[in-house]
Amino acid sequence: MSEPIIQIEHLSRSFGAVKAVDDLSLEVPAGIVFGFLGPNGAGKTTTIHLLLGLLEPTQGQAGVLGFDTRTQSDAIHAHCGALLEFAGLYERMSAEDNLDLYGRINLMSASDRQARIKELLTHLDLWDRRKDLVGKWSRGMKQKLAVARTLIHRPPLIFLDEPTAGFDPQAAAALHNDLVSLVEREGVTVFLNTHNLVEAERLCARVGVIRQGKLLTVGSPDELRGSQGASQAEIVGEGFDEQILNLLRSRPEVAQVEMRNGHLLIDLHGESKIGPLVRLIVESGGLVEEIRRGRASLEEVFLTLMEEDKR
Amino acid sequence: MSDLWTMLWKETKDLLFQGGWAAFIRPGIIIAVMGIVLPLQMRSDWFTFSPIEVTLVIFISFFFILNFIGDAIAGEHERHTLETLLASRISDRSILLGKVIVTVGYAWAMVIISLLLGALVLNMTNGTGAWAFYTPVGLLFYLLALSLLTSLLVASGGVLVSLHSATVRQAQQTLILCTLVFGVALGLGLNAAGASLFLALSNNQILLLILAVLAILDAILLGIALASFKRARLILS
Repeated sequence: MSEPIIQIEHLSRSFGAVKAVDDLSLEVPAGIVFGFLGPNGAGKTTTIHLLLGLLEPTQGQAGVLGFDTRTQSDAIHAHCGALLEFAGLYERMSAEDNLDLYGRINLMSASDRQARIKELLTHLDLWDRRKDLVGKWSRGMKQKLAVARTLIHRPPLIFLDEPTAGFDPQAAAALHNDLVSLVEREGVTVFLNTHNLVEAERLCARVGVIRQGKLLTVGSPDELRGSQGASQAEIVGEGFDEQILNLLRSRPEVAQVEMRNGHLLIDLHGESKIGPLVRLIVESGGLVEEIRRGRASLEEVFLTLMEEDKR
Repeated sequence: MSDLWTMLWKETKDLLFQGGWAAFIRPGIIIAVMGIVLPLQMRSDWFTFSPIEVTLVIFISFFFILNFIGDAIAGEHERHTLETLLASRISDRSILLGKVIVTVGYAWAMVIISLLLGALVLNMTNGTGAWAFYTPVGLLFYLLALSLLTSLLVASGGVLVSLHSATVRQAQQTLILCTLVFGVALGLGLNAAGASLFLALSNNQILLLILAVLAILDAILLGIALASFKRARLILS
């Protein structure tokens, strides 16, 4: 694994009695898309604000690109791009002027700004609309422009706070494609806040799951699926009655059994085999027509983690 | 310095050219009234600084800024652009000064254009062929300085109010209230100081005293606004 670009040690932030971030420790390696997954109000946005040095932590410390978030926030702002909760575009200005503004803020020369704006807008198919006032654009186009703005000064690290929140699936997929191609082309590290599990599964090399300010787990999507021991089998057939379900539930290798649309869904611990269970079903009078094996999706892992934490 | 230039560029684009050329209708009307209609009504009195002219010169820029400055920080908050700006490397000082300088500069430029246009219109229409100008000229410079300092006072106070307001509407309401309170306090203060204070001073001394008091108030309000600009507080609000 490459050097961590973000290092967080026991970071906490409280607002009155509410702990928005609670003893968070985490390392994010360079060159990947890191997904920070959690439900609304989990502390994801506060974490980004802390990492950007916009908020002071109550306890703990964090380093971004080697800069201390408490004392070197100016350096962090200069070396990172950020798309926060809102696109933050000036709607009474043109797309070109919006990018030009952040190029100027980041002390780029006029020629460099022009070349970079053309490069980014062309890549995102927005070049022909560069003179339009941003206020006239669709939400998807605005969000693409906001992503381009984060990259204008070629930062090694960008923060994206739920970039596809409120998008329809088609618009979200389009932005995912743009993000993937931009990230590959620019070689930038991305800290991506999201509660969209499809987004995390599609884009992220590593994922951290947070709930009520606490980090529940961190790892690659594959590792998370493995850590939950979540091997799943779906059995298609007939005659699956309550007796069969109870028999299956009594087996040590079975984590959970449920009926969905007449199919049996069985969660197995670890790498347990399905054969003995199929025999048990058949011997109990069930008719098995098809068996589908698969690993749990990230969504299932996420939901399991949320349930476990609630308990 | 480059940060300040960047903010001046941005404010000019965002605040003044909003909505394209339609943005020039309002100042255009004011300049037409101040630079054409009133000079033609007052003819030669316009060159000798009648009380109505002095009042208009000061209050036009005053109310123009009052209209714009509430938008400064509260407007960026409402439009969700402030958070992104705060996450960039631009300095707090440049953000604030950029807003104040552009707003004051715009209002002051309007006053200067109106006065010059008034002189031009009167000279073109007097029919004598003799060139006339404001007299005494020193009073013109005093009037311009007074207009500039008054504009700066409203802009500094306005940006301070805007910093502490959640919406543009709230900022504008607070600003109007503050203006009323300030006006009443000024009247009561002058009354309490009594005529004796002013009788003891020459006209020039009174004018300089007013400019000095305004300059001090400007510096105090701008200083408080700069000290109040806290990124964490703005993010949380």
